[in-house]
Amino acid sequence: MMAALRCVIYRDVLLAVRRSSDVMTVLLFFVIVVSLFPLGVGPDPALLRTIAPGVIWVAALLASMLALHRIFASDHSDGALEQMLLGVTPLGMIVGAKVVAHWLVSGLPLVLISPVLALQFDFPQQFLWTLILSLALGTPVLSLIGAIGAALTLGLRGGGALLSLLVLPLYVPVLVIGAGAAEAAVSGLGGQAQLLLLGALLAFAAAFAPWAAAVALRISTE
Amino acid sequence: MGKKAGTPSLEAVDLHCTRGERKLFGALNFTLHGGGLLRIGGVNGSGKTSLLRIACGLLEPTRGEVRWAGENIRRLQEEFWRQLVYVGHANAIKDDLTAAENLYVACTLAGTRVEPARIGEALRSLGLAGCENLPARVLSQGQRRRVALARLALSEAMPLWILDEPFAALDAAAIDCVQRLVIEHVSRGGAAMLTTHLEAQIAAAATLRIDLEGN
Repeated sequence: MMAALRCVIYRDVLLAVRRSSDVMTVLLFFVIVVSLFPLGVGPDPALLRTIAPGVIWVAALLASMLALHRIFASDHSDGALEQMLLGVTPLGMIVGAKVVAHWLVSGLPLVLISPVLALQFDFPQQFLWTLILSLALGTPVLSLIGAIGAALTLGLRGGGALLSLLVLPLYVPVLVIGAGAAEAAVSGLGGQAQLLLLGALLAFAAAFAPWAAAVALRISTE
Repeated sequence: MGKKAGTPSLEAVDLHCTRGERKLFGALNFTLHGGGLLRIGGVNGSGKTSLLRIACGLLEPTRGEVRWAGENIRRLQEEFWRQLVYVGHANAIKDDLTAAENLYVACTLAGTRVEPARIGEALRSLGLAGCENLPARVLSQGQRRRVALARLALSEAMPLWILDEPFAALDAAAIDCVQRLVIEHVSRGGAAMLTTHLEAQIAAAATLRIDLEGN
């Protein structure tokens, strides 16, 4: 079973690497959106410092939503998904492996580049770790919740818009808590509480989201 | 129950299938024992693929059930799929992976452990020598079908093969090769179920034939 999970993660990462334009689109979108804000808002350091966590988090959320439909779409159209449904490994675990691979190629790059982008906002460097940590804990939650939405809207025409509508309400708590972590740290309250909440959300989503997505996949492939 | 002790039998009991408003087939019964071959015929749109998808457990029948060794397959789930090879209408081939990588992924998902040497061997046996390390993107439609079917050469241990139009897009040599694989499988005591438009010359000990009328 571990062999199958490793194989799925390896396969999906390999596919993303061989078709790197998809990965770059997400990353570029994130960089562009975040970089446009200082230009649009104006060069007031105090204001930029205040809005930095919110802007970075909103951009990360939108960027991860941009990549969501790809989790299952190509496997669905070329029949690979049917083989996963008929595999010997429980489907929930396969979905979990696919989400891990998806996060590695669409979430992790955002986390890694965020400190560079934060510099544009003159974000206090001693709190950079809180920001990075909040993204590192939060973006996997976005991928996990998104997998449920992607599975539910699989094969629907115009599924993209429906997908956004489905997952956005579930993304809001993650956004509020995630952006709140860095804001609380900057204002001197410490962001530990928010980080712990994000960790709890991640544990909860990791335990339940893959199984919910698996059930949704079985329904949408019938 | 199956006549052969080795391979359990696949039983369809009073299967009905309705897709949308259209009734595809109803009151369908058959039993496929080990060593048997079931050929599904019928015009386009008569429900052949739906029947195969029901038999694998991908699709829920409107009424009736499919049993493997006397148990409903929707209850058995992974236990049934462990013994099943399904090659569907779609090839499940990734454009950006090589032929060998595609075959390795397909086998690993199905829970078959294979040595890299055997993967090359299987591909070569289907006439894909020299294509092992080419990305599937550059392969022709028939070659992709061969890659998907090369899995059969590595699935001797699986008792049930369900193949949807295995001969589509294949040339005469490849059709021969796939027929030989199916005959070998059936003579080993395995069961096979397939749809085809070709009058295939597969002579199995027990060949069943179902023709769906369509309406």
